[in-house]
Amino acid sequence: MSTPAEESAEIETLEEIKKHSHPLIAIVILFGGMTALLFAIGLSISLGAADIKLATVWTAVFNFNPEITSHQIIRDIRMPRVLGAAMVGSCFAVAGALMQGMTRNPLADSGLLGLNAGASFMLALCFAFFPGLPYMYLIMFSFLGAGLGVLIVYGVGSLSRGGLTPIRLVLAGAAVSALLGALSEGIALYFQIGQDLAFWYAGGVSGTKWINLQIMAPWIIVAMIGAVILSRSITLLSLGEEVAIGLGQKTKTIKLFGMIIVLVLAGTAVSVVGAVGFVGLIVPHLTRFLIGHDYRWIIPCSIVLGGLLVVLADLAARMINPPYETPIGALIALIGVPFFLYLARKGGKEL
Amino acid sequence: MKEQTYMTNSQRKSMRKNLFIIGILCLLIVIVFMISMNTGFIRLSPLEVIQTLFGSGTEKQHLILFEFRLPRIIIAVLVGMGLAVSGCVLQGISQNALADPGILGINAGAGLAVMLFISFFPSTTAVPVFLLPILAFTGAGITAIIIYALSYKRNEGISPMRLILTGVAIAAGISSAMIVLTLRLSPDNYQFVATWLAGSIWGSNWKFVLSLLPWIVVLIPFIFSKARVLNVLNLGDLTATGLGASIEKERRVLLAAAVGLAGASVSISGGIGFVGLIGPHLARQLVGSRHQYVIPTAALTGGLLVLIADTIGRWILQPSEIPAGIVVAVIGAPYFLYLLTRIKD
Repeated sequence: MSTPAEESAEIETLEEIKKHSHPLIAIVILFGGMTALLFAIGLSISLGAADIKLATVWTAVFNFNPEITSHQIIRDIRMPRVLGAAMVGSCFAVAGALMQGMTRNPLADSGLLGLNAGASFMLALCFAFFPGLPYMYLIMFSFLGAGLGVLIVYGVGSLSRGGLTPIRLVLAGAAVSALLGALSEGIALYFQIGQDLAFWYAGGVSGTKWINLQIMAPWIIVAMIGAVILSRSITLLSLGEEVAIGLGQKTKTIKLFGMIIVLVLAGTAVSVVGAVGFVGLIVPHLTRFLIGHDYRWIIPCSIVLGGLLVVLADLAARMINPPYETPIGALIALIGVPFFLYLARKGGKEL
Repeated sequence: MKEQTYMTNSQRKSMRKNLFIIGILCLLIVIVFMISMNTGFIRLSPLEVIQTLFGSGTEKQHLILFEFRLPRIIIAVLVGMGLAVSGCVLQGISQNALADPGILGINAGAGLAVMLFISFFPSTTAVPVFLLPILAFTGAGITAIIIYALSYKRNEGISPMRLILTGVAIAAGISSAMIVLTLRLSPDNYQFVATWLAGSIWGSNWKFVLSLLPWIVVLIPFIFSKARVLNVLNLGDLTATGLGASIEKERRVLLAAAVGLAGASVSISGGIGFVGLIGPHLARQLVGSRHQYVIPTAALTGGLLVLIADTIGRWILQPSEIPAGIVVAVIGAPYFLYLLTRIKD
């Protein structure tokens, strides 16, 4: 238990952060973002190869009639897809926010940290040795791979003298990605499955089915709730390890739980959507810029804005060159790369 | 030479040691060269190899050695040399021990150019094959210029960290552009591009040797002549300015030379990473930090590394091949990570 002195110090620090945060804006973003998200989801369901009116979307959701074709399209194809996109976006964004807060590293993002490469490595193994594996197993394996990637990157980071600096994390991520990438390239070349893999990865959320959502949703919801519960400690941790310890926080436990949550969120997301980076980089930075450094607001806002970003990106991916789909990862990189460059130019200062 | 008369005893001793190490490396290259000559679908004994080299083999042996294996081996060594010296320079001018042409996005740029070409002109007949090195070189050069421009700040010049982060970002952007292109390719073309990207010594042909050789022969001695500048740059910007080096200008010239070397190498070999990282590091472990020794040693280490990698790649899964780039990455990435844990920022 924390002593009264620690408690008052903690309250003071939190007060200090509160001064620099803007809860009013946060609430506006939460509600505005939620409305925008719902609208974007509706729009995304209504637009596509078969044009469906927004009103039909409404009745399909709340007044489902299995006799009508458009209702079936909505229920069976478009709804799981768009919900998958929203889910994936929220996952990446929250994972990014947690990582940035815990490591005080402005460049932390699941895509840059070996997660994607790990997942695609496992996927290459599956395609090569167990062709025709059911979707659920593929997702499970790529989840394991994602975990492997992060584990190596953070393992190397924590072994380093002088700890996990932003640039070291990025470099370790780049090297692990290069290694796992080379291994999967080798496997892909040998078994001639490279393009299958590319199609899987470029496919984005198009293959999402209700059953996948059902299986993943509970994990994600639990992890999200966990993130919200942790958010107060993350705020203190983002002030620096010493400060957090001084305020009586059990930093090791927090970091452990934080990492598990990150792994569940980003691992699930990457196994559904494939090599999409930068969401976890852009969204938390944007929210921090808008509402300040209080993670109790950053995390909920990241959930909403991350979902919004990926739903819109998925919509754009379908609209740019129909009937073909542009890979969603490439679209997000279009915003993500300049953003990363901007951060790098600012000097990659610690948070 | 005048300089040598002023050498102290210990300097002379270290010079002798370093020359000895360089000699050993040359010997190792010759040994691996012989092994590599033997490796392949058709086995030739060392004796047969020597006989054929001196002109008394059968016609078939002659064909295998001179038309298939020898150019490939020479290319492997030259590519390794080019990449390692390029890495040496990049590490020297960025004062960052982790710089490498691959990490800096030069490989990715070359790959993108090749992929763009193949996806828009999908017939890989004889003519485009010789166009590929030029394309790859252009791609590498443009990428390097973009990275330089983006990490340049007025009044500050280039900060090593900004250079690397910019490289990582550009490489990430390029690789997602490549995913888009991948989907447009026919399976055959895809297989070709993928093999190229993974860094295989695919151009085993004397013409490719000739197109790479001038770069190596001109640029490596040029860089070697700048060894003292690199030594001074290593001391840090302030000291270097104090000693009268015009840093930004020297840096630009050296950078251009490094990109030329890396671009030429990658254009023939495809995306081989990590050689530019490992070569200089091993060299520094062996001969200390003076660039007069580091540059030749790194060149030899790099050549040896790629030659070994290519030989392993040809041998391990016979009759199919693993691209040398993959073998190098499997050795190189763990080494890079190991270095990362040792080095201070």
